[in-house]
Amino acid sequence: MNYRIILYIIGWVLNIEATLMLLPVLTGVIYQESALWSFVVSGAACLAAGLLLTFRKPKRQYFYVREGYVTVALSWVVLSIMGSLPFLFSGSIQSPVDALFETVSGFTTTGASILPAVEDLPKCVLLWRSFTHWIGGMGVLVFLLSLLKLAGGSHMNLMKAESPGPSVSKLMPKVHSTAKILYGIYIIITLTEFVVLLVSGMPVFDALTTSFGTAGTGGFGIKNDSIASYSPLIQVEITIFMILFGVNFNFYFLLLLRKWKQAFSNEEVCWYFIVILTAILLIGWDIRGIYGTAGVALRESAFQVGSIITTTGFATCDFNQWPELSRTILVMLMFVGACAGSTGGGIKVSRFIILLKYTRKELSQYLHPRQIKRIRMDGKSIEHEVVRNINVFMIIYLLIFAFSLLVLSLDGTDLITNFTAVAATFNNIGPGLELVGPSSNFGLFSNPAKLVLIFDMLAGRLEIFPLLLLFMRDTWRKF
Amino acid sequence: MKIIIIGCGKVGYALAEGLTDENHDVTIIDSSAERLQGVTEELDAMQIVGNGSSINTLMEAGIADTDLLIAVTGSDELNLLCCLIAKKQWDCHTIARVRNPIYNKEIDLIKESLGISMIINPELAASAEIARLLRFPSAIKIDTFAKGRVELLKFRIRPEFHLDQVSIAELPRHAKCDILVAGIERGEDAHIPNGNFVMQNGDLLSIIASPKNAAAFFRNIGLATNQVKNCMIIGGGTIAIYLARLLLDMKIRVAIIDKSLQRCQELSEHLPDAVIIHGDGTNRKLLMEENLEGAEAFVALTNMDEENIMLSLFAREHSKAKLITKVNRMSFDNILDQLDLGSIIYPKYITADYILRYIRAMQNSIGSNVETLCHILDGKAEALEFCILENSPVVGIPLKDMQLKSNLLLGCIHRKGKVIIPRGNDTINVGDTVIVVTTQKGLDDIQDILKK
Repeated sequence: MNYRIILYIIGWVLNIEATLMLLPVLTGVIYQESALWSFVVSGAACLAAGLLLTFRKPKRQYFYVREGYVTVALSWVVLSIMGSLPFLFSGSIQSPVDALFETVSGFTTTGASILPAVEDLPKCVLLWRSFTHWIGGMGVLVFLLSLLKLAGGSHMNLMKAESPGPSVSKLMPKVHSTAKILYGIYIIITLTEFVVLLVSGMPVFDALTTSFGTAGTGGFGIKNDSIASYSPLIQVEITIFMILFGVNFNFYFLLLLRKWKQAFSNEEVCWYFIVILTAILLIGWDIRGIYGTAGVALRESAFQVGSIITTTGFATCDFNQWPELSRTILVMLMFVGACAGSTGGGIKVSRFIILLKYTRKELSQYLHPRQIKRIRMDGKSIEHEVVRNINVFMIIYLLIFAFSLLVLSLDGTDLITNFTAVAATFNNIGPGLELVGPSSNFGLFSNPAKLVLIFDMLAGRLEIFPLLLLFMRDTWRKF
Repeated sequence: MKIIIIGCGKVGYALAEGLTDENHDVTIIDSSAERLQGVTEELDAMQIVGNGSSINTLMEAGIADTDLLIAVTGSDELNLLCCLIAKKQWDCHTIARVRNPIYNKEIDLIKESLGISMIINPELAASAEIARLLRFPSAIKIDTFAKGRVELLKFRIRPEFHLDQVSIAELPRHAKCDILVAGIERGEDAHIPNGNFVMQNGDLLSIIASPKNAAAFFRNIGLATNQVKNCMIIGGGTIAIYLARLLLDMKIRVAIIDKSLQRCQELSEHLPDAVIIHGDGTNRKLLMEENLEGAEAFVALTNMDEENIMLSLFAREHSKAKLITKVNRMSFDNILDQLDLGSIIYPKYITADYILRYIRAMQNSIGSNVETLCHILDGKAEALEFCILENSPVVGIPLKDMQLKSNLLLGCIHRKGKVIIPRGNDTINVGDTVIVVTTQKGLDDIQDILKK
């Protein structure tokens, strides 16, 4: 393995992190907060480590699959550790595990917090929390690829490892330009949301952090009651933008190219909207009694559905108090997740589509044992490798889920709390039900449980495999 | 001896060549006249077109007074049948080539029940040879004598050994252990050196020593001698399977790359512990991705000589691996030597060598007393192991007083489990085995080393 190049890229990730910390520093300057020094110190630490690693360009530039996965997994670990320093230095969070939990939750766009009251925190810390969502949403290595032309072959490996979904397609011949376009779309929609929220009467700081949180499908709010205290108009706008960020970014690229037909015949996006609509209507009907008018019920339903399926995790009400049917639907939506190639987490709509199609094929195989049939999606047949990968993904997903549940049960919390806690972190959503519901937080868990949840969040964001590879002996063997 | 060879393929031809050189009467039978063409012109042997399993053909070849029949056609069953007929009908010694791995497990049973003297599996022999090299990667070629107590090792002198411009007489002082230089190849020339011979970088040195001393020697001149820990094999043929099994038994990690998906699946079934990779072994990116740079041994075993050579050259460029290259055609061996490819394995040559050794040993029981024979210095010289019988004219004479033939070297005396590198005052005793290195072929007895 080429350790030098891995360290080199991690060095660049640290440099970028140092640069990104300038934003909270700027916020600190504007609001005249002393906490800005914690960012100056952490940023300097990142920069020092980064410069040390990128001081000399490695002579041997080769970079293969193995290096790709290891780099991505390690980058995220390093990113999270360094990102947790400001929380510790500023005294916002005392325990290192808690700080790491909060940072990982930010970068993986989970939005699960251990803080009981966020409103007391300095503004720059709040901004950093939300900003981590934005960085983690599209991925820091994709960002790196869009900035830097790393020499030596294709870096599709890096993108493959970091982008969610069963298969990753290039938009442009060059990885560099693909990454640029992705970030371009990302920035444009984020800016649009920021302006829209601003116009609708949200304060600048709130609009900025909320836009970051929505864009990365993260879910850290800057208010104790998340989004509930904002006007209905703002809630509707956030709902729309959450759902937009859950759409496959290829869809927007096709729109940009004016390939309307191809864009709207995207099966995944179609099913994504079908699922959302069905869920909104079902829950809206279920909770009509609580909110009186159909309009309010549908608005609350839409916000919660959009927030859960895109794995954002904002809340406008305590859906923990809703009837069982609504709660069950929301838990199910947690697993569905957003589209592949979006900033959302979860298992992804496309995986379910492929699995269901494969099930239908398997059933028809019973009737015609010698039948040859290929599964198709968007008019293209799906390679067997992809199907196999999804099957393995599901199995590992279940195993990790079960293991996490087991560790959490040692804390003695009830099954619904534990189950939804794992679901909410593994799928990068944020709030669960009961003790980890929207009005509560994850502070109640013990440190081992938190560490397992941290692992779940990272595994969920990187889609399990890159992180598991770190624990495989063969990865580290010379041969 | 009168010898019949059935099958004039690569091995058959190499055998006939070796045997005629040693003055045996050789008759070659092959069903294809085309293949036989030219054999009589190039070799001093007789040829018969026909099926080797037909009694008529065998009679025509004079099986009745033949001492040995060697069946090396492409078909295992035909080989076994020929041997069976010859054995049952005329009770002559038989050697058969059987290469199908299916027979491999029950080979001893077949040998015994059919009364065949020797069964040789070329792939197995080749893989055993490769495995031996990987156990001791500093050497290009290793031959053993005296049941493994003495080794003849060949290696290339590199600048880092500081042996340039050192004469043979000074070598023991440099290496601080007891070894003997049996031969030096420089370019096309092969020498059996005396003490004044001066070594140069790039020379191929063959030394005789006990395994312990050999290891000490390599350590002292700064050449790593540890067994390799992993091995990358390109091409998943039969040799690869045998080799992988041997290596896995030695706790060496094995990765095999093969082009054919079906073959890969078979390999994965036969070798559950090896890493099997489906891909083109000549794909540079694939090799690098599979971490060629970390490989400690690289074995090119594809069916194409050219591909193997290219692969080894590439591996030499990108790794410090011990290189082993399989080459089927002998014709360009001197060019290959200049490429510094490490160890080159000629499977058919190994097969022929094994059979020749057996024939020597067989003669031993008839009249000569050669225990082991191997070709060294690229076939230009031989190393022979004699056992010393009573009344031998060499017994009891100090070596310095012995009138030895030119181009002949007494390499080593093996006495009751002890290995002696002979000096002038040493004598040869009855019961010793003696290793002699010579460029003169056809030595049958220890007394042949003396001037007439």
